[in-house]
Amino acid sequence: MASPRPVSPHDIEALAVGAWILGTGGGGSPYCGLLNMRRLYREGIIVSLLDPDDLADDDAVAVVSTMGAPLVGQERLADPAPLEHAVRMMERYVGRRFAAVMSVEIGGGNGLAPFLAAAGLGLPVVDADAMGRAFPEAQMTSFAIHDLTMYPLTLADVRDNAVIVARAASWKWMERLSRKACVEVGSVAATCKAPRTGREVKDYAILRTVSKAIRLGHTVRHAHRAHEDPVRAVVAAEGGRLLFRGKIQDVARRTTEGFLRGRATLDGLDEDRGRTFALAFQNEFAVGWLDGAPRVMTPDLICVMDTLSGEAIGTETLRYGQRVSVVALPAPPVLLTPKGLEHVGPRAFGYDLDFVSVFT
Amino acid sequence: MRRIGIDVGGTNTDAVLLDGDRVLHAVKTPTTPDVTSGIVTALRMLTDVRGETGAGLTAPVTAIMIGTTHFTNAIVQRRDLVPVAAIRIGLPASASLPPFVDWPEDLAGIVRGDVFMLEGGHEYDGRPLVPFDSTGMRRVARRIREAGLRSVGIASVFSPLNAACEEEAAAILRQEYPDAAVTLSHQLGRIGLLERENVTLLNAALVDLARRTTRAFVDALAASGIAAPLYLTQNDGTVMLASVAEAFPVYSFASGPTNSMRGAAFLSKRADALVIDVGGTTTDIGSLRHSFPREANNVVEIGGVRTLFRMPDLLSLGLGGGSVVREQPLAIGPQSVGYRLTQQALVFGGRELTATDVAVAAGLVDLGDRGRVASLPAALVSAALARIRAMIDEGVDRMKADASEVPLIAVGGGCFLVPDSIPGISEVVHVEHGPVANAVGAAIAQVSGEEDRIFQNLSREEAIAEARRLAEDKAVRAGADPRTLGVVEVEDLPIAYLPGNSLRARVRVVGDIRAHAA
Repeated sequence: MASPRPVSPHDIEALAVGAWILGTGGGGSPYCGLLNMRRLYREGIIVSLLDPDDLADDDAVAVVSTMGAPLVGQERLADPAPLEHAVRMMERYVGRRFAAVMSVEIGGGNGLAPFLAAAGLGLPVVDADAMGRAFPEAQMTSFAIHDLTMYPLTLADVRDNAVIVARAASWKWMERLSRKACVEVGSVAATCKAPRTGREVKDYAILRTVSKAIRLGHTVRHAHRAHEDPVRAVVAAEGGRLLFRGKIQDVARRTTEGFLRGRATLDGLDEDRGRTFALAFQNEFAVGWLDGAPRVMTPDLICVMDTLSGEAIGTETLRYGQRVSVVALPAPPVLLTPKGLEHVGPRAFGYDLDFVSVFT
Repeated sequence: MRRIGIDVGGTNTDAVLLDGDRVLHAVKTPTTPDVTSGIVTALRMLTDVRGETGAGLTAPVTAIMIGTTHFTNAIVQRRDLVPVAAIRIGLPASASLPPFVDWPEDLAGIVRGDVFMLEGGHEYDGRPLVPFDSTGMRRVARRIREAGLRSVGIASVFSPLNAACEEEAAAILRQEYPDAAVTLSHQLGRIGLLERENVTLLNAALVDLARRTTRAFVDALAASGIAAPLYLTQNDGTVMLASVAEAFPVYSFASGPTNSMRGAAFLSKRADALVIDVGGTTTDIGSLRHSFPREANNVVEIGGVRTLFRMPDLLSLGLGGGSVVREQPLAIGPQSVGYRLTQQALVFGGRELTATDVAVAAGLVDLGDRGRVASLPAALVSAALARIRAMIDEGVDRMKADASEVPLIAVGGGCFLVPDSIPGISEVVHVEHGPVANAVGAAIAQVSGEEDRIFQNLSREEAIAEARRLAEDKAVRAGADPRTLGVVEVEDLPIAYLPGNSLRARVRVVGDIRAHAA
């Protein structure tokens, strides 16, 4: 195994900014995860990032995430210990030691979850995830799209509660069973998903998304320091599209089937004056319409950023009068395959639309 | 009904006497380091001009409302703060991020007396997280007493939904250490443990100063011979009795700009408008809805500490009457001569070219000696005015909540800098007494109550109705007349992933002060 690259404190700061943008409105704020990392780094811990190519084919990789409701995360704050417990529990259950940790989802607070786990475990973090963004459910991953095994799963609570889901009939069953346990322990729990081999990660994960998030964060932070437009800087650096600049005119939210669904309407500003943009969300932003016609849809990344600061805005923090820019970033290719679109295309979220990418 | 409103600012102490909705008199006097003598002076000026002494006001004053930036300044300048014992109840949750974790080191160094973390707290649905460690709490109370820490801040996980742990901790502390001042987080904040705890600890650090300052206000009134209940104005444009408010100094952090905006609404008789308050150094632009400032939803930092305060959503520009004007390249502010305007500006015989000089040269206002700016090149004057105009145009556009045209109320000492026509603005409104709008805002403050919690298995309408009932209870307990209560804000947010149709509902009501509330 080649030597992993130490991640600097500056990179950690940038990761938090970039992961929040890649959250596409969901995934919860990475702020508490960032505070944990600052604290761990002050204690002298440095986490390393491992390129997926440097994994041996038979290495075991732990796939971690914190499950739950972002609002609960505002009171029961992100904590490295339960993530570490979930990984240790999995090692005991499958009888193997892990060589590295990775995130199931780079977008939002889970972008930092493998770093929290890795700090205590003394393992490197793999530069990859299984979504390339944030999605609400377990079957919305590249591993599920490739029909990899979905079990076992370990789940740890801050109290002395632990759950192992030994088998599940499908990815959707795994989502249902683990969600039930998560709700029972207060709608926040640390999980270690089905372990992956180094070969599986190299073939089926979405690669180099951690360094992408770090790069995104540096782009925003650099634009700030240089007093440049952070939104345009992100678009230029990541091959994205600026779809709309406007002001939020209306936000309607409702909860159905455990999701935060809703719609936001934006009135155009600057070159978009006189036009309107509508955004539908289901935890994450799912579809955007320009003057009534579909303009952008999942799995293309729909990022809503504060026009001035470039800071990402979550679907729970959208509010009237905010001046925002809607940006599309390219989705990982695996999500754009017919199989990928079955899992994460507009129909998977209940929109009767044929997927058309902004980038074709 | 006669009321006196006083605004104690960093530079001036303003005071107004209101009779019903008429401003009888308004005065401005420099703020003094002891605060008290400035207030005494202002009260004397207010009453003397009418040929009356304080004791001899022809009609009795019903209430006196004071707004002050004193406590914010103490945090920002890191002075007059006491060390605090922080108690967090919520272990084994949130263990890795203890109290003060995201504070600037210099401020934490002053305020962090000691930190204790105990088992307890609740879940989002009100179930206990783990049983509260009351034995541990008793031990902690004794240690705090032995260490001589006199102010204690207590925050428990999900206490806005269930305050039982904080209440029990406070009861134990009172038994073991009756002299300690206690701040409980559920009385101050919303969901968001770190931010609510931060506010709790800031409040605990200010309790001594708040007590001293409130006593100084009371003494100032006594010295002026005015016998009327004293209220302090809050961030949200409402008031609390000084005897209650002295326990919650953090609630007055943003009362200055709030009072200006409320005063602007009152003086202009507009309930929905933008307000621009042009001071000596900065300009604040805010938005009025139903005569109250629209609040910021996002995180507000005070002295570098994250909070979730009820603060007006304000845009501050580095532009004011004292802003220094530079040529080549042309620049206005953010540097300002501030309170030295009357010595340093050209029209007052000074040597700095300021925004006021430009306005005098252009004939927008008559101040000082106009002859001293007669030689300013016309091109410079018009270019500087165009730049000021562009700054105001852009700021106004940024604060507008929708595309329709709205009125803009211009207040503050530098309001002559606001142009008469602005894109997207239906009308620029100038008002009499605009320069003391903040004191007027203090005089007209009302009493509020707010409820913000998660409801389960209720329809949206039922949840909002329940939140409203709880908010009204709080307002009445705070001194409002129940017959005058009205809802000013309703917000509901369904919560992803939580079962049972969870809905977070927030309702705020306000009402007039009940007569004899004191």
